[in-house]
Amino acid sequence: MKKRLVSVLLCAAMAATMIAGCGSSGGGSSTGEGGTGKETGGDAAEEQGKVLNIYCWNEEFKTRITDHYADYEEVDATHGKIGDVDVVWNITPSDDNAYQNNLDATLLKQADAAADDKIDIFLVEADYALKYVDTDYTMPIKDLGITDADLANQYQYTKDVVTDSNGVLKGLSWQGCPGVLFYNRAAAKEVLGTDDPAAVQEYVKDWDTFNETAKKMKDAGYTITSSVNDSYRVYSNNVTSPWVVDGKINIDDNIMKWVDDSKELVDAGETGTWELWSDDWSKGFYPEGKVFCYFGPAWLVNFSMAADTEGSIGNQGGWGATEGPQGFFWGGTWICAAEGTDNTELIKDIMLTMTTNEDVMKEIVIDDDDFVNNKPVMEAMAEDTSYSSKILGGQNPLGIYCAGVENLDLSNLSAYDQGCNEEFQNAMKNYFEGNATKDETLNLFYKAVVEKYPELTY
Amino acid sequence: MGLENYKSLFEGGDIWIYAKNTMVMWIMCFVPQIILSLLLGAWFSDTRLRLRGARFFKTVIYLPNLIMASAFAMLFFTLFSDGGPINSLLMQIGFIDTPYRFLSNTGSARGLIALMNCLMWFGNTTILLMAGMMGIDTTLFEAAEVDGATSTQVFFKITLPLLRPILLYVVITSLIGGLQLFDVPQILTNGTGDPMRSTMTLIMFLNKHLYSKNYGMAGALSVVLFIMTGVLSLIVFKVSGNDKRKG
Repeated sequence: MKKRLVSVLLCAAMAATMIAGCGSSGGGSSTGEGGTGKETGGDAAEEQGKVLNIYCWNEEFKTRITDHYADYEEVDATHGKIGDVDVVWNITPSDDNAYQNNLDATLLKQADAAADDKIDIFLVEADYALKYVDTDYTMPIKDLGITDADLANQYQYTKDVVTDSNGVLKGLSWQGCPGVLFYNRAAAKEVLGTDDPAAVQEYVKDWDTFNETAKKMKDAGYTITSSVNDSYRVYSNNVTSPWVVDGKINIDDNIMKWVDDSKELVDAGETGTWELWSDDWSKGFYPEGKVFCYFGPAWLVNFSMAADTEGSIGNQGGWGATEGPQGFFWGGTWICAAEGTDNTELIKDIMLTMTTNEDVMKEIVIDDDDFVNNKPVMEAMAEDTSYSSKILGGQNPLGIYCAGVENLDLSNLSAYDQGCNEEFQNAMKNYFEGNATKDETLNLFYKAVVEKYPELTY
Repeated sequence: MGLENYKSLFEGGDIWIYAKNTMVMWIMCFVPQIILSLLLGAWFSDTRLRLRGARFFKTVIYLPNLIMASAFAMLFFTLFSDGGPINSLLMQIGFIDTPYRFLSNTGSARGLIALMNCLMWFGNTTILLMAGMMGIDTTLFEAAEVDGATSTQVFFKITLPLLRPILLYVVITSLIGGLQLFDVPQILTNGTGDPMRSTMTLIMFLNKHLYSKNYGMAGALSVVLFIMTGVLSLIVFKVSGNDKRKG
């Protein structure tokens, strides 16, 4: 009897701990409030640190610094020197969220870390920029001593991405990634009778005309885009309201327009539902794939569309570039200064040199084929007839990139964009493929977003 | 308060859908698996058959289990993608005209997951059952043979009843493994559980909560999962294991 009593007690104790363990509900956002000490700040008189810690996810920024920041000397793969300051590169690949997880964990310790171990600079991408920008972990650009006048030539959208909810600018980028519409010149000639960018633009100038053209393409055996997900970014960059309003999930009209337009295209067999980067999606990089156009920035056509492979459209210079129905951007890297850094002077100089110095910017365009974040430089390059792209059949696309980026309005970004965009496309795939009704898939989307961000409602 | 998590967990009713998905996929995988394993086990342990290369095939059937589940899922994802080799093959032999979208239909998506798990685990099950069968006293088989029993009779009247303890062990471990089904559907559907979450398992649901650092809900779900496993194991144990006749 005694034994049984003990075992009942033990069971009860175990059950109690299990329930108690689930105490705090709603873990909250990862980099939440936290609040790092504000002991440093932008005080120029303060002692400057001797170690500059830079957190990033690939070699891109390091290469840019090595090539274009005059005082930088490379020591080894992860170390360098600027004057008497040691530069330490902490590179974590972004696969599987590893970069953000590592950054989150390190930022949490930022306040208590020794001065030389604190993060000084970290890089962010547009999709999750606000997650960091909207916290105290990032330092306002103004506090570094960089004025609005310094940044006058930068594209507005690159500032929108890293402006927090109070309107404070918290990061800078050296590049712009305006996207355009890349069309298959052979298909354009065959179906539209011309492959001149200005003439083709007439057939894709807005979504209604775009969808009309899709019918013509279908009759000739082409699909207008490879997948519905191709045009998603174009619609989602042109919304008039953010994904989350006052803690409630909000679906913008332009996003719903994407759903309706896309459903029609899919039902008519004028496009597919592949995931971006899948094998099926990439078939259109080759003439046999029979795809009329892809949406993307310069790097897509230069590096990702199999231009090096014999027989691909890019290899034969068979793509043309035109503005397409709406302007958008895709990708890009922003430099943020971490709150608590002791290298404010150096960070200011790096930011100014890399993102505003016109000579450096020109160098980057010519050496690295990048689209830099400087209006006058890019406009001058667009006029330059000596610059042309082999993949685009000798076209100089910079003018089109410039036109696209000019009208971009990204004031409607929210910290939830990455999750919402991803879940929305996942859910809608079911609707496009006819596995569920629109309402069912919308519910699925809400459910998935609330799972991802428990603090939201719908 | 901790109990709130349990309330919101059951409120939507989604947890039952995911539990059902998990069980359906487990049954789809377990039934063919146990039949296959019993058959192979009986053949391999039957001394009268004198199969050649038994040792070699015992190794071969175990091999799929050595591949990482995620790698296996990636392989199947490519094989069964809309423009993948299986579809081209089916189209070339004129079986279908347009690619069949394996991962966009509930039946085929679940079927693929079940097939993969079946392939991965039947070797393991076979080896366990074989061990049980070889442990049966051979004099019983000989006696049956003398009495003129057919091999079917031997299997159902002697092998199966004496195999019961091992069979029970196999069912319970497989059930627990099945409830924890995660890596294959996660990789195959890219974590979405498409189409319409019909392949979303309980652990995938748990993973979603963990990913959003909602540890309260994840903890509650884990406890529910523990209770479910316990109850189901008890049921299996009571139904098939507690045979008083043998004492």
